[in-house]
Amino acid sequence: MPSPPASWASSRAEASEPVSVTTGVRPRTRRPRKKSPWRYVAIAVILFMVLSLADVALTNPNFGWPVVGQYLFSAVILHGLLLTLELTAVVMIIGSVLGVLLAIMRTSSNEFVARGAWTYVWFFRGTPLLIQVIFWFNIAALFPEIELAVPFGPTLVGFDANALVTPWTAAVLALSLNEGAYMAEIVRGGLLGVDRGQYEAAQALGMRPNKVFRIIMPQAVRTIIPPTANQLVTTFKNTALVSVIGLADLLHSAQVVYALNYQTIPLLIVAAFWYLLLTSLLSYFQALLERKYSKGYAPRSRPQAKSEPAVPKEV
Amino acid sequence: MGTPMIVLNGIQKRFDSVHVLKGVDYSVAGGSVSCLIGPSGSGKSTLLRCINGLQPADEGEVWVDGDLIGLRIEGDHLIPLSEKEVADQRRQIGMVFQRFNLFPHMTALENVMSGPLRVNRAQKAETRELARQLLDRVGLADRGDHYPNELSGGQQQRVAIARALAMKPKVMLFDEPTSALDPELVNEVLSVMRTLAAEGMTMIVVTHEMGFAREVADHVCFMDDGVIVEEGHPDAVLANPQTVRAREFLRKAANSDQQN
Ligand SMILES: Nc1ncnc2c1ncn2[C@@H]1O[C@H](COP(=O)(O)OP(=O)(O)OP(=O)(O)O)[C@@H](O)[C@H]1O
Ligand SMILES: [Mg+2]
Repeated sequence: MPSPPASWASSRAEASEPVSVTTGVRPRTRRPRKKSPWRYVAIAVILFMVLSLADVALTNPNFGWPVVGQYLFSAVILHGLLLTLELTAVVMIIGSVLGVLLAIMRTSSNEFVARGAWTYVWFFRGTPLLIQVIFWFNIAALFPEIELAVPFGPTLVGFDANALVTPWTAAVLALSLNEGAYMAEIVRGGLLGVDRGQYEAAQALGMRPNKVFRIIMPQAVRTIIPPTANQLVTTFKNTALVSVIGLADLLHSAQVVYALNYQTIPLLIVAAFWYLLLTSLLSYFQALLERKYSKGYAPRSRPQAKSEPAVPKEV
Repeated sequence: MGTPMIVLNGIQKRFDSVHVLKGVDYSVAGGSVSCLIGPSGSGKSTLLRCINGLQPADEGEVWVDGDLIGLRIEGDHLIPLSEKEVADQRRQIGMVFQRFNLFPHMTALENVMSGPLRVNRAQKAETRELARQLLDRVGLADRGDHYPNELSGGQQQRVAIARALAMKPKVMLFDEPTSALDPELVNEVLSVMRTLAAEGMTMIVVTHEMGFAREVADHVCFMDDGVIVEEGHPDAVLANPQTVRAREFLRKAANSDQQN
């Protein structure tokens, strides 16, 4: 055995000398560590800022709190809120399905399919959503007639683009296609995050590819949920972009009102209030979901403290 | 000995530039236990994966109970089977991994049920009963409702064995089933495997447990650098190896055994 260096040995000996470890001689009690004085400075500064803001908000009449109260639950605003919620739900559903499909395509052994999915994601994540919204709304300028046709062959069905692409369809189309690109990346990350051994175990049991997917997906969902909930909050707020194409969502409804009564700030506060309330609710449900999907990862009770001497039965 | 259950002819496998398996001929009689030993990186795991088609061989043929695995014969040609067809073939080949690979989001019982339920669309009640019996057989009748992370390594590996058995496989492949276990948990897993061997299951076991090989195996193969260097009865191969490489490997293995 090589002996430790002398200095190390001696410093250890010195260090251990004065510390008494005998218990029961003098009982020691615990007391909290002293708080830093900066803590109180920070509290004072923040308190000052909060009070100033409250003061400004309450004394500046331009905030128009009575107007806020008047419109908070008005029919126009609630209709707008409903449309925003509908749009978010539809977009999330279409976007998620699209995302799962694209993620599976990305893992395809068919190079052509994999690259197609990559290109899609590249395009839709690489251009501003606002442009995509306006683009789809104006698709009629590009294709006055939308037709189903055999390439270079006969037309099967034709529609008038202006009639087909209403603000609603343009909004759903733009937001969903964009959402699909983001969801694809999230789902792909989740699938890649599952241990290789899980794929192998499923395959070794003789599961066909779609069954293997059904074993892997729930495990991926665990890592997919937090960014998806995040994405849901983002999408919910992004729907405000459709106000530019005149769809009567929450923001557009507020705009319609303040275009008439010039109470711009109060109505923006009304809209912001609803956005904030809903995002808070969504975050709460996100936390609930995360807990549900951590099943089998965080021990339900305690990890086995004792491993029973469960000797296998000799059959 | 009986008729061969597993036959490998001239198996070759490359990963990019690395020639991992350089022509392996190997056969395992029905109902016998064959232990595969050899240094790290010699290609033991890769060979097992070739047998159940997790990693198809580049050259050579794998036959399990008369079925050519992963390929179809068409005249003078061998055509790869589709993923679905290979999956169906794998049902008759059970595999147990070093790191257990239980499905973490399912209880022990659900893990054991997962194979038959999802593959054979078997009746749920029947499958549950089968899974219970299998858990009982590996001594875990009272652990069915536990998630894998609530079980010890030895218990997890026994669940993994039960899960593989639930498919009623004709052969079982074990890839270092006890290497990830604390020493005191090794025996409970080996004991299950011993029982299985005694019941007449055809098994290939990659292992570093020389005691197990000596006691249970009917046949031992020593692999090195992608080929089988020496094989035969455990008494011959383990006690009196003929090749320098095998002698060297066994001497080191014996040394590390003594240290433990
Ligand atoms: N998927 C892969 N891609 C590239 N190389 C691989 C892959 N799998 C295995 N190899 C290489 O093949 C060789 C043999 O690996 P293998 O896992 O079969 O060895 P082993 O005998 O099981 O070793 P061990 O005792 O460490 O498990 C190693 O050099 C390894 O790096
Ligand atoms: Mg290995």
